Amino acid sequence: MTAPPPASVLRLADHKFFEGMIGGLPERLQAVATERAYSVGDMLVREGDVADRFILVFEGKVALEIVLPDRPRVTIQTLGGGEVLGWSWLLPPPQWWLDARAVKRTRTLEINAAKLRATLDSHPEDGYRFLLHLFPVVAQRLDHTRLQLMDLHGR
Amino acid sequence: MAASSIPLPASEPLGASPWIPVPFRVEERASETADTITITLTPPKGIPSRPFRPGQFNMLYAFGVGEAAISIAGDPDRPETLVHTIRSAGPVSAALSGAAPGSTVGVRGPYGTGWPLASASGKDVVLVAGGLGLPPLRPALYEMLRHRDRYGRIEVIYGARTPKDLVYYRQIQEWRGRSDLRFQTTVDAAGREWYGDVGLVTARVPDLRIDPSHTVAFLCGPEIMMKFTAQALAAKGVPDGSIYVSLERNMKCGVGLCGHCQLGPDFVCRDGPVFRYQDVRRFLSVREL
Amino acid sequence: MSDSIAVGGRYVLERAEFPRFLLALHEAGFRVVGPTVRDGAIVYGEIREESDLPIGWTDRQAAGQYRLERRADSALFGYNVGPHSWKKYLFPAGERLWTAVRKDGSFEVHPEPVDPTPLAFLGVRACELAAMGVSDHVFAKAGDPSYAERRRRVVRIAVQCGQSGGTCFCVSMGTGPAVRTGHDLSLTEVIEANRHFFLVEIGSDAGAALLSGVPLRVAPEGDANAARAQVDRAAASMGRTMDTDGLRDLLVNNPEHPRWEIVARRCLSCTNCTMACPTCFCQTTEEVPDLSGEEVERRRRWDSCYNSGFSAVHGTSIRATTQSRYRQWLTHKLATWHDQFGESGCVGCGRCITWCPVGIDLTEETAAIRIQPAPAPVPA
Repeated sequence: MTAPPPASVLRLADHKFFEGMIGGLPERLQAVATERAYSVGDMLVREGDVADRFILVFEGKVALEIVLPDRPRVTIQTLGGGEVLGWSWLLPPPQWWLDARAVKRTRTLEINAAKLRATLDSHPEDGYRFLLHLFPVVAQRLDHTRLQLMDLHGR
Repeated sequence: MAASSIPLPASEPLGASPWIPVPFRVEERASETADTITITLTPPKGIPSRPFRPGQFNMLYAFGVGEAAISIAGDPDRPETLVHTIRSAGPVSAALSGAAPGSTVGVRGPYGTGWPLASASGKDVVLVAGGLGLPPLRPALYEMLRHRDRYGRIEVIYGARTPKDLVYYRQIQEWRGRSDLRFQTTVDAAGREWYGDVGLVTARVPDLRIDPSHTVAFLCGPEIMMKFTAQALAAKGVPDGSIYVSLERNMKCGVGLCGHCQLGPDFVCRDGPVFRYQDVRRFLSVREL
Repeated sequence: MSDSIAVGGRYVLERAEFPRFLLALHEAGFRVVGPTVRDGAIVYGEIREESDLPIGWTDRQAAGQYRLERRADSALFGYNVGPHSWKKYLFPAGERLWTAVRKDGSFEVHPEPVDPTPLAFLGVRACELAAMGVSDHVFAKAGDPSYAERRRRVVRIAVQCGQSGGTCFCVSMGTGPAVRTGHDLSLTEVIEANRHFFLVEIGSDAGAALLSGVPLRVAPEGDANAARAQVDRAAASMGRTMDTDGLRDLLVNNPEHPRWEIVARRCLSCTNCTMACPTCFCQTTEEVPDLSGEEVERRRRWDSCYNSGFSAVHGTSIRATTQSRYRQWLTHKLATWHDQFGESGCVGCGRCITWCPVGIDLTEETAAIRIQPAPAPVPA
């Protein structure tokens, strides 16, 4: 499934998610981050699996899909470079509630969720800064979901 | 009858009545989506063509049914034909959608203001279209691509409900193949056949490759989509005064007389449909204005 | 003596000679329209002879009220304004714009000709001259051909108000009661203990020409003064006042004022104010096909911003509530009209107050907003 990582090394500090974060957190987390590359069609996560990592997309495109028993699979959002794959890993029970599939060759850095949570727990200041960066992602997804609910283009 | 002895004001030559539709011939009719078509019209013999500015609209008339305001979607450099993309939504647009080649559609216009292309000269340009917001922007895109050297980067973001709702599908593939233009499409939801982006047009704004302070943006689509897009552009640093929107109201006469399309001090048909966003934002934020 | 009559001149027409004046209008080929009593109101209609005029009648007006009453004298023009305005002649409540017929797979459009008969408007008040000026600007800006065609066939014989009505506020709007401009002729009806005459002022060459063969004499100073006193009396007894100072900004800056909700509890959204208003111009068109579908006519008729479908886009009304419609009407009339046409859309005739079935009074509404306006918007 997972292709061998390419030669160049991705750095957490270069990802948009950590942009402007003070306190050196991305540098410290770099050690527990794993670089991965996905080919078109590869699954990054599957619904129901344990959400065991925080995934930062550096390049490529990832489709978030929902599967309903009586309907064709639906892509509800795509993520590209500079975006992160959600927050399921942070909330108990840590479980993915949708599928994520690469629709372009995709490179990521993925941080082990247990280690990440431990770091944030033991350094509450870092934890707070981290959440300040994560919260806008959640808020924006909520805003977008509301707009999508209005089905504006359908009118 | 001696009225002639009374010096009433002399008859002044009046311009052509604004109320008379001119019968144009339907040359072509192409299907865009399940409910949307594009028709190409030519004027009757001896009647001059209708030059238009990108962003303007015509009142199209279906004989015996009525009129609807439809934006002009063709190339302003080819005014000998009028191109209109029409979604079948009511009796008039349904009748217009059914106009077969060889049949006749009445035309009044063109009306309204256009996209301020002159103000975009020398700058990066962002076009954001939602749904049927692409047709009113297409003439501007034609114009900019014809005079490509006048502009910096050109970015287009086009959002639709699903991949099946995208109009000008083939042309979009051509545009996407150009190196002097970035054309992104995004849909609200898609099946596995779609390899493009899924999400709102606003989500694409942060990635725009532009110099925000030297950027002009033209937005056309549902009002709420334009509102959020304008917010996203402002967050990226595009000045408020450089964002333009095309508004939709109940346009009936086209010349600022029937009163239906008023928004605050503006007749959208005459003072718009293209407005500078900062000039109309305060009116758009008042409920039921 | 009519040969020497010139613009700016002042003459006396004795009451007894009024039929001669009317006759002169008819003989000049005019269809004369003016005030006449019908259905318990003074409306505008055909004036064939003097007895068609509301001789000895006056109108008593208040918010939501209109009554005809007998006067103590037999004045010809002793009332103010009724439910009609002259707009019905220039911009009819319903008219055909054109007809179209199918032809050779296409269609052919035939514009509707305008009745060429010249019209004499007899009894135009100062506020109504102002209203016609406002309408002229609106229709000219849109290039409406039938309004322009009708308008140029009209002579306007103004009659100054000798009294003011209970809902009048032309002084506030700067439109009256004195007739100053826009008239071809201006009459002031003066009734003294044993004399009844008209002071006639000439406003245009067309007006002067109307007086051909009419027995007049140059007005002595005393008669001119008596006429002026009439108008002064009307000016001093306005039924209403409206503070127009900064009114445009006041309304534009108060779209969320609680008063809109309060007035909407009474407003029936009945459209009466817009129908009675001499400047309301909103209109709609409809397509009327014949049974065969071979021929169709385009009709236009008055529309109103109080109608639910007025603002509808894709079948959904943007102004779904009465509150938003009343706000649209009043804000347009008194505020955004300035942006659109460089003047107020209100001339202070008071019709909207009188003919409102629940007596909503725009002077009261604007005053209520003025008492406690929203704070000025913070500049961006």
